[in-house]
Amino acid sequence: NKSKSFPWFGMDIGGTLVKLVYFEPVDITAEEEQEEVENLKSIRRYLTSNVAYGKTGVRDVHLELRNLTMCGRTGNLHFIRFPTQAMPRFIQMGHDKNFSSLHTTLCATGGGAYKFENDFRTMADLELLKLDELDCLIRGLLYVDRVGFNGHPECYYFQNPSDTQSCVKKPCTLEDPFPMLLVNIGSGVSILAVYSENNYKRVTGTSLGGGTFLGLCCLLTGCETFEEALEMASKGDSTNVDKLVKDIYGGDYERFGLQGSAVASSFGHMMSKEKRDSISKEDLARATLVTITNNIGSIARMCAVNEKIERVVFVGNFLRINTVSTKLLAYAMDFWSKGQLRALFLEHEGYFGAVGALMELLKTTEDP
Amino acid sequence: MAEFVRLDSSTSRHTMDKSITLPPDEIFRNLENAKRFAIDIGGSLTKLAYYSTVQHKVAKVRSFDKATKEAASDKLYEISVQEEVTARLHFIKFENAYIETCLDFIKDHLVNTETKVIKATGGGAHKFKELIERKLGLKVDKEDEMTCLIKGCNFVLRNIPHEAFVYAKHADSEFRFQTTQPDIFPYLLVNIGSGVSIVKVESEDKFERIGGSSIGGGTFWGLGALLTKTKRFDELLQLASKGQHTSVDMLVKDIYGGSYGSLGLTGDLIASSFGKSATADKEFSKEDMAKSLLHMISNDIGQLACLYAKLHNLSRVYFGGFFIRGHPVTMHTITYSINFFTKGEVQALFLRHEGYLGAIGAFLKGAEEDNPNQYSWGENYAGSSGLMSVSPDMNPMQRARSGTFDMLEMDRLERQLVNLPLLQDPSSYIPDTMDLTEDALAREYWLYCFEEALDGVVKRAVASQPDMPEAAERAEKFRQKYRHKLQTLRHQPFAYGSLTVRSLLDTREHCLNEFNFPDPYSKIKQNENDIALKYYQKAVKSLEELSWEERQFALVRGVLAGNVFDWGAKAVSDVLESDPEFGFEQAKRQLEERPWLVDSYDQWLERLRGPPHKCALFFVDNSGVDIILGVIPFVRELLSRGTEVVLASNSGPALNDVTNGELQILTERIAAMDPVIQAGLREDRLTLVQSGSSSPCLDLSRLDKVLAQVVRERQTDLVIIEGMGRAIHTNYYAMLSCESLKMAVIKNSWLADRLGGKLFSVVFKYEVPAGKPSQGSAAVTPS
Repeated sequence: NKSKSFPWFGMDIGGTLVKLVYFEPVDITAEEEQEEVENLKSIRRYLTSNVAYGKTGVRDVHLELRNLTMCGRTGNLHFIRFPTQAMPRFIQMGHDKNFSSLHTTLCATGGGAYKFENDFRTMADLELLKLDELDCLIRGLLYVDRVGFNGHPECYYFQNPSDTQSCVKKPCTLEDPFPMLLVNIGSGVSILAVYSENNYKRVTGTSLGGGTFLGLCCLLTGCETFEEALEMASKGDSTNVDKLVKDIYGGDYERFGLQGSAVASSFGHMMSKEKRDSISKEDLARATLVTITNNIGSIARMCAVNEKIERVVFVGNFLRINTVSTKLLAYAMDFWSKGQLRALFLEHEGYFGAVGALMELLKTTEDP
Repeated sequence: MAEFVRLDSSTSRHTMDKSITLPPDEIFRNLENAKRFAIDIGGSLTKLAYYSTVQHKVAKVRSFDKATKEAASDKLYEISVQEEVTARLHFIKFENAYIETCLDFIKDHLVNTETKVIKATGGGAHKFKELIERKLGLKVDKEDEMTCLIKGCNFVLRNIPHEAFVYAKHADSEFRFQTTQPDIFPYLLVNIGSGVSIVKVESEDKFERIGGSSIGGGTFWGLGALLTKTKRFDELLQLASKGQHTSVDMLVKDIYGGSYGSLGLTGDLIASSFGKSATADKEFSKEDMAKSLLHMISNDIGQLACLYAKLHNLSRVYFGGFFIRGHPVTMHTITYSINFFTKGEVQALFLRHEGYLGAIGAFLKGAEEDNPNQYSWGENYAGSSGLMSVSPDMNPMQRARSGTFDMLEMDRLERQLVNLPLLQDPSSYIPDTMDLTEDALAREYWLYCFEEALDGVVKRAVASQPDMPEAAERAEKFRQKYRHKLQTLRHQPFAYGSLTVRSLLDTREHCLNEFNFPDPYSKIKQNENDIALKYYQKAVKSLEELSWEERQFALVRGVLAGNVFDWGAKAVSDVLESDPEFGFEQAKRQLEERPWLVDSYDQWLERLRGPPHKCALFFVDNSGVDIILGVIPFVRELLSRGTEVVLASNSGPALNDVTNGELQILTERIAAMDPVIQAGLREDRLTLVQSGSSSPCLDLSRLDKVLAQVVRERQTDLVIIEGMGRAIHTNYYAMLSCESLKMAVIKNSWLADRLGGKLFSVVFKYEVPAGKPSQGSAAVTPS
């Protein structure tokens, strides 16, 4: 009953980012080490001894899951990401490292598994095992939540979301996780109602997602990366860009119970030329972020009410290093539902699809 | 996260030319009697509302005093033209740039008003408050915008047929008008101004803002201006209509290389709006970005609207606000989005007078003491501009000529109008048989036909007022106005809702009234009635000599032959004009021999062998031979059978149709000669009611409330509709919950051709509602 041969990878090829998880075994016996082929060793060393790969690949060291037991083996799970645009180079590398000689299956999910299948085959002589992205997402999420984050809970929420002063991040577990509304914010957004590991439905989606935030920010500010865009947003003030209820009514709109501070029209001030001419890039970035986030919150909340689900779990790489959005989502869920809905977040935001793909690898039939 | 107010005007003002291109008194009509004002000032457009009274001529008939009758003339009644004052609501929409000029004009022409305040709503109301108060000397009284919007919406949905429409860009007719629902509530109003408000309306006074979004028209405008350096909203839409969103948006196929089969997401679906623009090394065209933005915002609003509609279980969703107003581009994208998200379960509905809702509502707020909601109102086609009259993409010529003024006039009707209680399904009832908006060939023909007939109408109008020297001049103005309406309808058949023969006829009546030709046929009708009355007794006598079965057939032939006498149909009016001796017998010879084009006479006869009907409601048509020698003998037979009869005739004149006033006199005169009719009247078994209409056609969903009451009280079980206008142009397919008889002679060869017949073909359509065996057949079924 020999365990699956290494290397163990799970890959999720999205519209913007490729997410790769790599299981590094730490219980390798001397005998195994002897037998280990050279290119397998070199892959392991390359991945574990670097935190950046090429110009754009990054290993999220802080997310590493240590001393994890999977399929009878102990090791560390590494989380790596790089832009989907770099896919051709990645495939080329697979060819150069003679990946096809290794006894493994490359499990891949996300749209790119379909889009790049042929490139893997022709350029690197690799056959992908294509997996459904939502299956993988849910499986991966439930798994990581189960094993925890190096002894801490994977999940968290915000206490006092309505009060910026006392709003704090609190860890929690997803005990008895069903039903949950799962909102996956990647380039676009998918919203799923999950009733059990194998019973879920895609409720709806929206094209206003992380890709929209970054795309608009690039056009509006000339920035180039997500990090840059978020950095600018963190310094900006969206109220210079958005028209608030009080900008129209001078205060609250009492007839409809709307606070003066609520946004009446996103980018509404930008209808005026004078204001367009004097606006800062930071303010524009912030307004873009707030607009996209509020909209996702609003759609998610409506879906939760329609589906009668009180727990809303937000995942996806849009939330990476993005406390502005996580806090805003927590606030929006709480405020508009009058405390009925709770927003939950997960530390490994965008990696669950890749984890799910890896688990599929470990589940597949024994090696020939 | 909401929005209720339209835009800051500063952005749209710069290119306006401040001169008014139309004489202002053709815009601010009846201003001298204006009584009450309301104003809705939006981001770029101002909508002014006022209530006024219109003095116009009406034709009245009066029986001659018996004592002086012989001396006066041999006419049986006298026609007089009287002045009548009716109430009218005026709504005018113009660009904010004209506000000052308009206020000056109003001030100069406001004479009789005791008004002290002007109701105001809209985002610009506070901005112009001082100006309005200074110019008009009226106190500006602000009203809540959303309340006004909802009030206005309820008003138009209730009072304007074909107010709501579905937009279908690629269909034969882009606009699919909806029939008026007996109950307009509940509905969802999605108002897309700079932001979005979603309001659930449950009754006249009960509505709730259930949600909204900050991503609205302001987002399109503001973000669009930033991205494309294009300042104006209209220009942004123009850009969007030329762009390709696929170069900016990340589609499902960009991620998957094809479709995402397991979710059924097609490859063309947008996965991430602006997903492809997250790059520094590519330029995007203004058009493409504008298009992508338009899709993003429309889809988002559509999605939210669907989520709210689903949550509140509502299927009627109306869209309004400046983002929608008159813009086919946004109506298309919103419709697309709604179809996508609800898979067709919910339809996106738009309103013809959407731009006026705030002004109408503000006006109604100020007019509550007059109880405007107690009355029925009707759109005056003569004084209303129609849909898209100033839309630059629809009609650049018109815009240049008429300036930027758009008008709506609503006449207060004297009678309150309701549904005929005998309609099988009021919510699906469509009066008109043919929709000329969708049928291009038919439209072509009828527009031509009405244009051809115009000379004759003008001639008769002048002839009807021989004592008035300026009649010719007025008639010429009428000609110009109506011809212009026909031209407008040629280019924009959707201007006043579905184009139908009825709407063409009604528009002509409205235009005639406009120029004080209240009843061009009054003398002709009087003359025909006189002549026909002379034959009445003879006709009745010859009918009585027939056997029962012969008589039944003769009575039907009589109604049909009488109906050939119709000045409304060109083929007939030609004959009548050239040969005044054209008689009843001749008419009978013109009739098609049985079997008729539509012929259920045998079933009718069979039914007559059964027990009598409880009560018959008879919608009559023309004066003269038709009513006197055709209809009355038929009615007489019904009365003799023991059936009560309710004769419904027009409230006001239309062509040579007999009016209620005329019919009152005629029946009195007939009663004096005929004991059967006399007994019927005396015993209240023969009743005359007015239909509430002044149209040669018949809309069974807008009938006099008293008529509906009588119909109900008398347990009416038979409806008879006579004539081409009422039984063919309209109601040919109307389904009633009781037995019905539709009788007409087709006096138009084109229409005859369409229906597979020929000139003077006969339609005799006797129908018994499904599942309801007629009493007659029940009686003959052996038990």
